[in-house]
Amino acid sequence: MATRRRTALVLIAVMTLLLVAGGAGGSSAAAKIGGTVSVLGTWGGSELDSFRAMVKPFEDRTGAHVEFQGTRDLSAVLQTRVQGGNPPDVAALPNPGALPSLARSHALKPLGHVLDMVQLSREYPATWLDIGRVGGEPYAIVVKTALKGLVWYDPKALSAEDIRPPSIWADLLALTDRLAGRGKTAWCLGLGSGAASGWPATDWIDMLLLRAAGPAAHDAWVQHKTAWDAPPVKQAWEQFGRIATNPKSVYGGPQGVLATEFNEAPFPMFAKPPHCLFHLQATFIQDFIQKQFSWVRPGTDLAFVLMPRIAPQYAGVAQVAGDVFGMFHDTPQARALMRYLVSAEAQAIWVKRGGALSPNKGVPLDAYPDVLSRRAADLLVHAPAARFGAGDMMPPEMTAAFYKGTLDYVAHPDQLRAILGHLEAVARDAYK
Amino acid sequence: MHALLLAALALAAIPAASAAYILGAEAALARLPTRPRRALRPWVWLAPALAFVAVFLVYPTVDTIVLSLRDATGAAWVGLANYAYAFQSREALVALRNTLLWLGLFTGLVVAGGLGIAAMVERVRYDAAVRGIVFLPMALSFTAAGVIWKFVYEFRPAGAPQIGLLNAVLAALVHGFEPRAWLVGAPWNTLFLIVVGVWIWTGFAAVVFAAALKAVPAEIVEAARVDGAGEWRVFWQITLPVIGPTTAAVATAMVITALKVFDVVYVMTSGNFDTDVLATRMYHALFVDQHLGRAAALAVILLAATVPVMAANLRRLRGDEAAR
Amino acid sequence: MTRALRRGPVHAALWLIGAAWLAPVVGLFVSSLRPAQDVAASGWWTVLRHPALTLVNYRDVLTAQGLGASFFNSMVIAVPATTIPLLIAAYAAYAFAWMEFPGRRALFALVVMLLVVPVQTTLVPVLRLFTATGLTGTFPALWLAHTGYGLPLAVFLLRSFIGGLPADVLDAAAIDGADAVQTFFRVVLPLSVPAVASLAIFQFLWVWNDLLVALSYLGGRPSVAPLTVTIAGLMSSLGGGWHLLTAAAFVSMVLPLAVFFTLQRYFVRGLIAGAVKD
Repeated sequence: MATRRRTALVLIAVMTLLLVAGGAGGSSAAAKIGGTVSVLGTWGGSELDSFRAMVKPFEDRTGAHVEFQGTRDLSAVLQTRVQGGNPPDVAALPNPGALPSLARSHALKPLGHVLDMVQLSREYPATWLDIGRVGGEPYAIVVKTALKGLVWYDPKALSAEDIRPPSIWADLLALTDRLAGRGKTAWCLGLGSGAASGWPATDWIDMLLLRAAGPAAHDAWVQHKTAWDAPPVKQAWEQFGRIATNPKSVYGGPQGVLATEFNEAPFPMFAKPPHCLFHLQATFIQDFIQKQFSWVRPGTDLAFVLMPRIAPQYAGVAQVAGDVFGMFHDTPQARALMRYLVSAEAQAIWVKRGGALSPNKGVPLDAYPDVLSRRAADLLVHAPAARFGAGDMMPPEMTAAFYKGTLDYVAHPDQLRAILGHLEAVARDAYK
Repeated sequence: MHALLLAALALAAIPAASAAYILGAEAALARLPTRPRRALRPWVWLAPALAFVAVFLVYPTVDTIVLSLRDATGAAWVGLANYAYAFQSREALVALRNTLLWLGLFTGLVVAGGLGIAAMVERVRYDAAVRGIVFLPMALSFTAAGVIWKFVYEFRPAGAPQIGLLNAVLAALVHGFEPRAWLVGAPWNTLFLIVVGVWIWTGFAAVVFAAALKAVPAEIVEAARVDGAGEWRVFWQITLPVIGPTTAAVATAMVITALKVFDVVYVMTSGNFDTDVLATRMYHALFVDQHLGRAAALAVILLAATVPVMAANLRRLRGDEAAR
Repeated sequence: MTRALRRGPVHAALWLIGAAWLAPVVGLFVSSLRPAQDVAASGWWTVLRHPALTLVNYRDVLTAQGLGASFFNSMVIAVPATTIPLLIAAYAAYAFAWMEFPGRRALFALVVMLLVVPVQTTLVPVLRLFTATGLTGTFPALWLAHTGYGLPLAVFLLRSFIGGLPADVLDAAAIDGADAVQTFFRVVLPLSVPAVASLAIFQFLWVWNDLLVALSYLGGRPSVAPLTVTIAGLMSSLGGGWHLLTAAAFVSMVLPLAVFFTLQRYFVRGLIAGAVKD
C-alpha cells in the first residue's frame, strides 16, 4: 500500500515537473530547431558587429546559425541570387522602393501568417507598418531606423569660432559664406560608397526638397508625378550644389567630396585644428565617429540639430531611413528569425550599442546609450510628418541613375540641365 | 567538410570517369568493322570536349544573340531597340568610348612596353630577375591588383598627410603640388585604370618578346652591323620584321584582354565617374537594371568586336597548318 | 662600341622599372602589417623611420571577415576546375593532331576561335541553364563552367604540343601492336607532361583569380564565396578600411605567387609555345 502511494506521488511529481519544464520551454521564444538561416544586408565593420550581437540570443536559443553576407551593391546581389534561384532566406533592404516588384514576382513571401500582426500593430506606429505593406499585405517589417537630415557639429569647435548653429537655412548659408571669407571650409562631405556612391548627396537633395516644398511635393517627386527638371526639384539640386561644388565651402573641394568615403567624411571635424564644422548625415554616423575617436563624448564633443527650416510650415518634417526585413524562403529558421527581429527585445540590443533607432514602441527611451540618440528617438516619434529618403523609395534603376547623377553634378556643376534631362529619360523607362 | 568531400571525390572520380569513358568507347569501337571504326574513332575522342564547348560557349553565344533582339525579360521581340540603346544612351556610349580607349592605349602600351623591356633586358646579366619582377603581377587577381592600386591612387585633401603613393611622390618631387583624386576626374581616370592593366600584363608581353628576340638569327643582325647600321636601324629594320608574328600574337591577346576588362573597373570605381567599360555596363544592365535584352545586346557588341580578331587568328592558323 | 654606350641608361631604366613595378606590392604588404589608425594617418613609407608593425590585421581578416573560409572555397573551386579539363582536352588534342577525319581543320579552327568569345556573352544563358538545373550557387556549377571556358586554350596548347611529338615514336608504338588507347596513355600522355603542367598552371591561376564567373554563378552566397568575391565585397562594404583590405589582398596573393614562383619555368614555356613561331 505504502509503496503504491509513494509511486503515485513520485509519478505525479515527475509529471508536474515535466509539464512545468515543457510549458516553460514552450512559452519562451522558440524551441531548438538548429539549421541555418542566411541573411543579406549592407552592413560591414561595426554595424555588422552590432547585427551579430542582435542575433546572438536568437542563435543561442534556437541553435540556428545566422549566416550573413554584406555588400553595398545589395540590389545587384539580391537580384542575382533571386534570378539564380538561390535567394537569401532573409534580406535587410534599405530601400522599401524595391518591395513592390519583389512581392509581385513572389520572390518575397507574405508575412501575415508568420508574424502576429495584431501584436505588431500595438507595438509599431501605423505609418511604420505601412512602409512594409504591398497592396495592404505585410511583406516586410522595419527593424532598424535612422533619422536623417541632421547637421552634426562639435560644440567646442563652434564656440571657439563664436558661432551657434543657425535655425534657418538661409542663415546657415550665410554663415558658410562668412566662414569661407575667413578661409575656413564650413562643411565636410563624402559621397564614396562603392557601387552606391552618391547616396549621401541624394539625402541632401531630398532633405532640401522636403523642407522647401513639403511631404506632398516629395511624394509626387518620388512617384514621378513631378518631372526631374521641374522647379522644386531643380532648386533642391542647386541649393545642394551651392555647398558641395564650392571649394571654399566644403573641405577638399568637389574632388574631396567625390573621393572620400561616406563613413570617413566627418573625421576632419575632429582634427586639430578642425578642417570643417558641419556634416549633414543620419544618426548612424555617430557610431562611426565614436569608433574612430574614442575620446568623443556625445553632447560635449558631438551634437546635432535638425536641418534648419526653409519653409516655416515644413519645419521639423523628418527624413528617415530604415532597414526593412523580408523573407525569401519560408523555412522554420527564417520564420523564427523574423519573429525574433520584430520584437522589442531584439531591437533593444542594437539600440543599446548605439547607431540605431527602433520604431518599436516597446523599446524604452532609456535603452538609448546616450543623450544624442535619445533625442533622435524622441524627434522620430514626435515628428509632424516622416518620409523615407527618395533614393530608397524609387525603383532600383531610377535610384542607381540618381546616385550617379549626383556624382556627375559635383564633377560638372554647369551641366545640371543635361543631368536632370537624362534622369527624366531614365525615369520614363524605370517607372513602367 | 561536405565541400571538401565533394572536391576530393571530383578530383578522383573525374579522371577515373574520363579514363573509363575512353576505354569503354574504344572497346565498343573494337567490335565494329574497320571502316566505320576508323570513321567514328575521332568523334569518340572529341565528344567530351565538343560537348562542353557546345554547352558553355556555342549555345550561349547563339542564345545571347537571340536574346539581344528581345525585351527586358526575354519574352517579346523588340528588334533592334536594344542596339539603339547601346549606341544612343549616354551610359552605353561612355562605356563604348572607354572600351575603345582600353583597346588602343592598353594594347599599345603593353606591346611597346613589353618589347622595350625585352630588348633592354637582353643586354644585362640580371635579365631573369627583371623579367620575374615585371611578370609577378600576372600571378595576382585583378581584384588584388585593384586593391593595390586604389591604395596607390588614394587622395587626401591638401594639407593632410598623403597616404597614397602617387600623390606623395608627386608632392615630394613637384613644388607646390596639389594632391589629386586620380580616379575621379574623367576621362583621365580611365587612363589611370589602364595603367593598372598595363602593370599586370606587360610582364607577359616581355617574356614572350624575350623568347622571340632570342630566336632572331644572329647572323642577320651581325651582317647588318658589319654593314655599318646603327642599333636603332638594326632594331627597326631587321629585328622588328623578324618577330612580326610574335608581335601580332601578343597584340591579339591584348586586344582580347582589353575587350574583356571587368574586374579592374568593377573593383576600383564600380564604373562610377565615367569609367564604365562594356563589360561593367553589361553587368549593370543584367543585375541592376535586370534588362536581359540590353545586357545581351552589349555582350553581342563585345563579341562582334572580337570577330576581326577571330578572323586574324584563323588566317594565322591556316598558315600554321599549311606549314606542317 | 655602340653597345657599351647604351649600357648606362639601360641599367638606369631597368632599375626604375623594377622599382616602379614592385613599389605598389611592397606598399600593400607593409600596410597590411600596420595598425589601423596608422594606415589612415600616414603613408606606408614612414615605417622606415617609425617601424610599428603588427599581425592583428591578418588575424582579423582570417577569422572575423571569413577569409579563411574563402581561401578554402577558392581551393575547392580551383583544383577540380583545373584537373577536369586536362584529360578531356588531351583526348581532343590527340584526335586533332593524329587522327584523320573530314572537317578536322574547320572544327579545330572553330574550337580555337571560341578562345576569343568573351565570358560576358555566355553569362545570361548559362545562368538560366544553371537555374533550370538547380546548379546555381554550387561548386559543381563552377567546375563545369570553368572547364567549358578553359577548353579552347587547353585544346589549342595541347594540340600544338602533341602534334609536335616525333612521328617515329608513335609509329614505333603502333608497330609494337599498341592501339589508340594504349598509345595515348603510354606514349603521348607521358611525353606531354610539360605542356599539361603549363596548362594546369594557367588554368589554376585563371580560376583562382576569377571574379566575374564566381560572382555570377555562385549568386553571392558567402558560404561558397572564393577569395576574389569576398575581397570585392570587402572593398564595397568597408570603404576605407585599408588595414583590413591590404591584409585580405595579401592573403589572396600568397598561393598564386607561390605557385608562380615554383613553377615559373613551365608557365613561361607554355606561353612561348603558343605565341612564338618554332
